[in-house]
Amino acid sequence: MPGIASYGAYIPQTRLPLSLASGRPAKEGGPERAVANYDEDAVTMAVAAAVDCMAGFERASIDALLFASTSYPLREKQGAALIAKALDLRRDVATSDHAGSLRAGTAALASGLHAVAAGEARNALVVVGDSRLGPPRSALEARLGDGAVAFLISERDVIASFATSHSIADELQDQWRSEGETFTHSWEDRFVVQEGYTPNLCAAVVGLLEKAGIQASDVSRAALYAHDARSLGAVARQLGLASEQLQDPLLGKLGNTGSAYALMLLAHALESAKPGERLLTASYGDGAHALLFQVEDPIEKLEPRRAISWHLARRRALTSYDAYLKARDLDAREWEGEGDLGLSATIRFRERDADIAMLGGRCQGCAQIHFPEPRVCYKCFRKDAWEPVRLSDKSGTLLAYTFDYFFPASEPPTIMIMTEVEGCRVHVQLANARPEEVRLDMPVEYVFRIIHRAGGKPNYFWKASPLSR
Amino acid sequence: MAKSIRDKVAVVGVGACKFGENWQKSREDMIVEASYEAYEDAGIEDPQRQIEAVFAGAVYPREGTGEIAEALKLFGRPISIVSDYCQTGTDAFRFGVFAVASGMYDTVLVVGFDKPKDRGVSGPTVRFDKVRGLPATPAGWFSLCAARYFETFGAGREDLARIAVKNHHNGTLAPKSMLKREITVDDVLNARIISWPFGLYDCAAQSDGAAAAILTRADIAKNYRQDPVLVKAVTIAVAEHPQRDPDFDFLAWKPTLYAAKDAYAQAGIDEPFRELDVVQLHDCFTLTEMLTYEDLGLCKKGEAKDYVASGTFALTGELPVNTDGGLKTFGHPTGATGVRMIYENTLQLQGRAGERQVKGANLALSHNIGGPPTTCGIAILGNP
Repeated sequence: MPGIASYGAYIPQTRLPLSLASGRPAKEGGPERAVANYDEDAVTMAVAAAVDCMAGFERASIDALLFASTSYPLREKQGAALIAKALDLRRDVATSDHAGSLRAGTAALASGLHAVAAGEARNALVVVGDSRLGPPRSALEARLGDGAVAFLISERDVIASFATSHSIADELQDQWRSEGETFTHSWEDRFVVQEGYTPNLCAAVVGLLEKAGIQASDVSRAALYAHDARSLGAVARQLGLASEQLQDPLLGKLGNTGSAYALMLLAHALESAKPGERLLTASYGDGAHALLFQVEDPIEKLEPRRAISWHLARRRALTSYDAYLKARDLDAREWEGEGDLGLSATIRFRERDADIAMLGGRCQGCAQIHFPEPRVCYKCFRKDAWEPVRLSDKSGTLLAYTFDYFFPASEPPTIMIMTEVEGCRVHVQLANARPEEVRLDMPVEYVFRIIHRAGGKPNYFWKASPLSR
Repeated sequence: MAKSIRDKVAVVGVGACKFGENWQKSREDMIVEASYEAYEDAGIEDPQRQIEAVFAGAVYPREGTGEIAEALKLFGRPISIVSDYCQTGTDAFRFGVFAVASGMYDTVLVVGFDKPKDRGVSGPTVRFDKVRGLPATPAGWFSLCAARYFETFGAGREDLARIAVKNHHNGTLAPKSMLKREITVDDVLNARIISWPFGLYDCAAQSDGAAAAILTRADIAKNYRQDPVLVKAVTIAVAEHPQRDPDFDFLAWKPTLYAAKDAYAQAGIDEPFRELDVVQLHDCFTLTEMLTYEDLGLCKKGEAKDYVASGTFALTGELPVNTDGGLKTFGHPTGATGVRMIYENTLQLQGRAGERQVKGANLALSHNIGGPPTTCGIAILGNP
């Protein structure tokens, strides 16, 4: 039986204390939600979760990449192919996008499991990320959160084997977003809970338990999509799940991360799961989808992931609602994005190994690494003798810095740094840091981010981030 | 072995338009004003007959050499245009010097110009040609040395501020400079930050402007003027990209180290601090001036702040630097800047620099550094 061989997750560093939206100051320990920064989106978060998931695993072993999101920014152009390039996966990886519903995440996970079960792929990577926007100062905005999760699906050495799944389809207009719209709409809350969330989630879980031939009490932990705390409690009671069986929905900490939400809770459950436990997860959206896993012995040997706990602990609270609007690129700006087609597609095409995959070149003459890979070596002047080196998963050192208030950014200053990684110099921006935290020679890691939006599209490149383990 | 260019070519006329936000002047206006002033300075009365070739420098226009020919009505002869970041003007001058030295032409015009203030932005454009094309601005490029240099040598923003104060003072004495306002160290430290450690006053004033020079063979120079100055050296050096060079140490800019070595060899200079009388160097940012003192060998690495504190490079000091206010206050129309330095050094060598005159100036150096930075141009002029 196929199952989960590894997992990882990502939560952006930035948090919005919910009181800020109503003009009240943030209270220490008060409710908050995770907010993607202006240089983050579903793709960058998915890449970060995948990097976490793949730590210690060989990326070249991935045969299929499945990406799910309802907020991936492009209507026509695949996210999975971009993520595969950023992860430096094999060229012959099967990629697909899953979208259009908050159930897209569990649908992608099920597809990955089925592909491995069918022998179509030995190893499939499922990544799910969402960064949805509620109208400013709305209840929906306060309830949402941004984040991503990733699962490595394999036939062997699984930490959680897949038992079965059960899916329900339903048609109702509870939450939706049309082409070209920025904000998710939601119908009246009680309608959503009474006619959508509660009956669908219960039907999916009840059906799953019947298929598996077990009782609710046999479930060790249930990672359930939560509309809010009260409706989750009602669903649990209806299903006969005790509160200690419920995985913490992280409301007031993370927020509802859309298609990634239930699966991020599953990842959180995996962090402390023991062999023999049964884990259940269920998503909601246009119906509901429940999956059942059994935790296996190899979980004891899996190196700890950053996953949910590490990212929850690494937080930086915004100090004003205005800062939130800037972080989500919702404020009026002095500078305008360029209205043309943006960057040359041919230049992007030629430079994708450097820009997206962050590949440098190692000179076969003198072993010096350069980024980007030149034709002639700086050191020994040998021509065209290069082997690619993935730099994105190496840690580097900060050699020089400046705080650039002139570079058009939503939150000046842009911290520009020179880094050295594997003896190679890379000039990048520094994310996740304030000027006063920058020190010469501090260690950094690299994170996939939006570098700018020339042409009205996200343009991705790597940034550095302070390295804290 | 390279042969020396020394004493083969003379500067016999210089000119410049007023630098600044020249809202009422076009590129044509500025090219004509600078060139005709240089004609007059050289006693050239019939440029259509006497100017055999033109070497121009400009970074922003994309209209080629036609607009120079049209502006000056110089047709039927070669005109070339150089466009290579901030050392553009020095490189245009270098082409002119070599054209005359080759014996191909007797008399040529060098003109540098730029009009960035027609673009509607107050600083350099932030363009996105590539994903990684411009992750920072020029202030961001040139400030990358600051943290490491400060930490290694115990320097700080106050040391940089003194350079801005000096150049602001010098600019008040230059009739054609853009900014004429004395400032204090506190003004510099309290200004809004552009790219740390650079505040507003640490950055050069981007401006419109044009400057010109007439070059001729040294042996016929006195046909134009009785006090020609001679070209002692001129060179350009291109260095490793500081954002890629695995050996870059963030303490010295390699382009200047390379170019200075060549220029001093050409001019036969062993001790630049003692031998040079006046220096115009590329103060695009105050830290650039600080590093350049050292990179040009005017003092040892790490000692620049002490020289600044003791006023060595002030107008009244031992070796005055940026006597006309430099890029900081005279203005920085990119293509014109190198030629503007030739203009200033020629006036200084001929004793015509008015209130900012350096007494007994006989040997003068000008220096540009440009790009991320990757390129440096140096010219050394001297009296016969």
